[in-house]
Amino acid sequence: MHPVVKTVLHRLALGVVTLFVVSVVIFTAVQLLPGDFGEAVLGQAATEETKAAFRRELGLDKPAVLRYFDWLGGVLTGDFGTSFSGRAASGVDRSREVADLIAPRLWNTLFLACYAAVIAVPLALIMGITTALWRNSIYDGVANASALTTISFPEFFVAYILILLLASLNPVFPSLANVDSSISFWDRVYTLALPALTLTLVIVAHMMRMTRAAIINLLASPYIQMARLSGAPPREVILKHALPNAWAPIATVIAFNLAYLVVGVVVVEVVFVYPGVGQLMVDAVTSRDIPVVQACAMIFAATYIMLNLIADIIGIVTNPRLLHPR
Amino acid sequence: MTTKSKKHGNVLLKMRDIWIEGFADEKWNRIIRGMDLTLHRGEVLGLIGESGAGKSTLGLAAMGFTQPGCRITQGSIDFDGIELTEISEGMLRSLWGTRMTYVAQSAAVSFNPAHRLIDQTTRSAIRARVMGEKQAKDDARELYSTLQLPDPDNIGDRYPHQVSGGQLQRCMTAMAMSPRPDLIIFDEPTTALDVTTQVEVLAAMRKIVDEFNTAAIYITHDLAVVAQMADNIKVMRYGREIEESATRKMLSHPEMEYTKSLWSVRSLSKEEEKGKDAILDICGVDAAYGANKVLHDINISVPRGKTVSLVGESGSGKSTTARVVTGLLPLTSGEVLFEGEALPPKLSDRSKEQKRRIQKIYQMADTAMNPRQTVGEIIGRPLEFYLGHTGRKQEARVIEYLEMIELDESFFDRLPSELSGGQKQRICIARALAANPDLIICDEVTSALDQIVQEGILKLLMRLQRELGITYIFITHDISTVRAISDEVVVMFEGQVVEQGLKSEIFSPPHPDYTQLLLSSVPEMDPDWLDNHMASRRSG
Repeated sequence: MHPVVKTVLHRLALGVVTLFVVSVVIFTAVQLLPGDFGEAVLGQAATEETKAAFRRELGLDKPAVLRYFDWLGGVLTGDFGTSFSGRAASGVDRSREVADLIAPRLWNTLFLACYAAVIAVPLALIMGITTALWRNSIYDGVANASALTTISFPEFFVAYILILLLASLNPVFPSLANVDSSISFWDRVYTLALPALTLTLVIVAHMMRMTRAAIINLLASPYIQMARLSGAPPREVILKHALPNAWAPIATVIAFNLAYLVVGVVVVEVVFVYPGVGQLMVDAVTSRDIPVVQACAMIFAATYIMLNLIADIIGIVTNPRLLHPR
Repeated sequence: MTTKSKKHGNVLLKMRDIWIEGFADEKWNRIIRGMDLTLHRGEVLGLIGESGAGKSTLGLAAMGFTQPGCRITQGSIDFDGIELTEISEGMLRSLWGTRMTYVAQSAAVSFNPAHRLIDQTTRSAIRARVMGEKQAKDDARELYSTLQLPDPDNIGDRYPHQVSGGQLQRCMTAMAMSPRPDLIIFDEPTTALDVTTQVEVLAAMRKIVDEFNTAAIYITHDLAVVAQMADNIKVMRYGREIEESATRKMLSHPEMEYTKSLWSVRSLSKEEEKGKDAILDICGVDAAYGANKVLHDINISVPRGKTVSLVGESGSGKSTTARVVTGLLPLTSGEVLFEGEALPPKLSDRSKEQKRRIQKIYQMADTAMNPRQTVGEIIGRPLEFYLGHTGRKQEARVIEYLEMIELDESFFDRLPSELSGGQKQRICIARALAANPDLIICDEVTSALDQIVQEGILKLLMRLQRELGITYIFITHDISTVRAISDEVVVMFEGQVVEQGLKSEIFSPPHPDYTQLLLSSVPEMDPDWLDNHMASRRSG
């Protein structure tokens, strides 16, 4: 077997193990949430019998270990369980499958993440490479300073500034991003312009500066001096000699930021009233809707692990020592 | 046929009154102070001097190139009628990689790990349209063949990490030759290589420079090497020229005192003595790094109060043997007897007394000392740990040891960063001595030092042995050092002992094949040595 395939499989296996450990952590953490779901839903006035019946319906009377394995077994077969809210014990059974609850939200979140990534990643790479090429120039200074400025503000502030500028003073884009499934693709793109722009501004700086640093870091290498002494112009030095050796750190930081786009955007969702997974999870935590919280957390963990895995694999396949062993 | 007899053409490169400064420690320091250099077409000029003499800086300046943080403040560089100090960077680039090329010291880090060798070899020639891609690649394969690289048709398709150091260095020579330049700068091209590899690379470089009648500047600190390569030799010190003359004359009649002192280092010698009882016996030792077995049935006996040198190429197991003796790498079978008593294989199982009696000095004194500890703390530590000396007593002892290594008490409060390379190594010696050991293992302790500093360290070690009766295991790849200081010599190859014996026995024939190869590969201070050596190899 080619060593790269072997390493990739090894990493994949490690990813699965990590996900398993994370599932234990998530389950334990949710158990530690203060308060009782029965009481939260039924109110403090509810009788002990009602609460007990309610617990029985939700399966909360079983020991934690058993519940964990029930849940894990469900997750492994793609069944995230049924939401706690709207159960029969509260009157009428209006409860929904967790998967049905999450699916449209997840689609929304992924759409926004991809939207922002499609703008931010190429922009960050181009800016990183060009600032490395023309380092210490005015362009470099301006690009660095503005990137630093946008990253220094909290994201809700950036969002409100953009709303002020592009929705209020100059009404170019809508300030609300409350989409539903009936909306067409291009309308969606138009409606989401401001949240996507906000996220772009928040993540570009990190990726750009890392790209620039990774390339400049390599410029002190003897093989870069060698390339210069063989007459390579600066463009060739950066693109052909430095960049191919800089992909590993760049991929890592891109993966990190993409994960943020999926996992950490709840504030932006709230500002633009966008129905994403982040809001769903926050609501679920407030109402102690344990199956939803656990499912969201698992999705977030899987996103992190998968993106980092991809970054690792990029690091491996761009390293000729691993790709072409002796 | 040799370079020495060939006719040189007109002047190719003329450097006049060159001054170069480098920025360090918050100020501009002069690196080159008014050097002149003239090079004719087809001439090879050797630039020689200690580290810090400015050899590389001058060599790069010959291409109109300065390292980041350096600047040429004054002088003119006339390359074939072009004044390099006055043309733009773009114009310079059109000369680099086409009319002037560079061969770096360490090919291992000077090739881009991300590209195939042949692409790197031919890139300049193709970029400058000296040749088309196909023609350039065919030519590169021919150059590989001329340089006697194995499998010249396909070796270029490999990546740098897939070939050996010596092969890489030859590939780099091919890369430098590919655009058929007028001038090549060789910057210590064989310093990182083993002697047996060095000979082949030297011969290959000589051959190709002769064949295309290329002018070259050959930078090195190794006299014997430059004697093989250069028509003329220029000696440098502190950024100034000491003297320049034809190679033969320079070797036989150096004029300046400094040059003579460089030449004299190799005259250090010591009478060998046969030891009586053995202090250390390595009996049938095997050792491995993980599943990779690196030592095979090593048997070495070290007589008390004597110096045993371990010689061999890199990867022959010299340092690994030292790690086994010190317990850093537990052996897998066999035993190490110290005064007849078996030492526990693992360091952590050894008593403090057993640890105290065997000390080690390392190649890189820089990394072997804590940069935040003063000299007093560094030497005081073994005094306290092994012998329980503290306070005033410890201080007095540290000063005694400082005097023993020919430094004085003013060094007590200094940090390693405030010391020169030779002084650092002396502090490491004092630290080893402070444990009052019976056996000191010296692992390439002089390899990173200049010739003159090396001599000082070796003399110090020999004096300490006479006065204190310490036993040394001396690990080195440098045969001239071995000749200078050993009583007994152990030749190692691929994790095995080839032979052990008194210095006179090992160095006089008949030799086992490997010893023969190793000894004959050491360049001598004779300009004809390389030709004779290659001739005898071919006929043998």
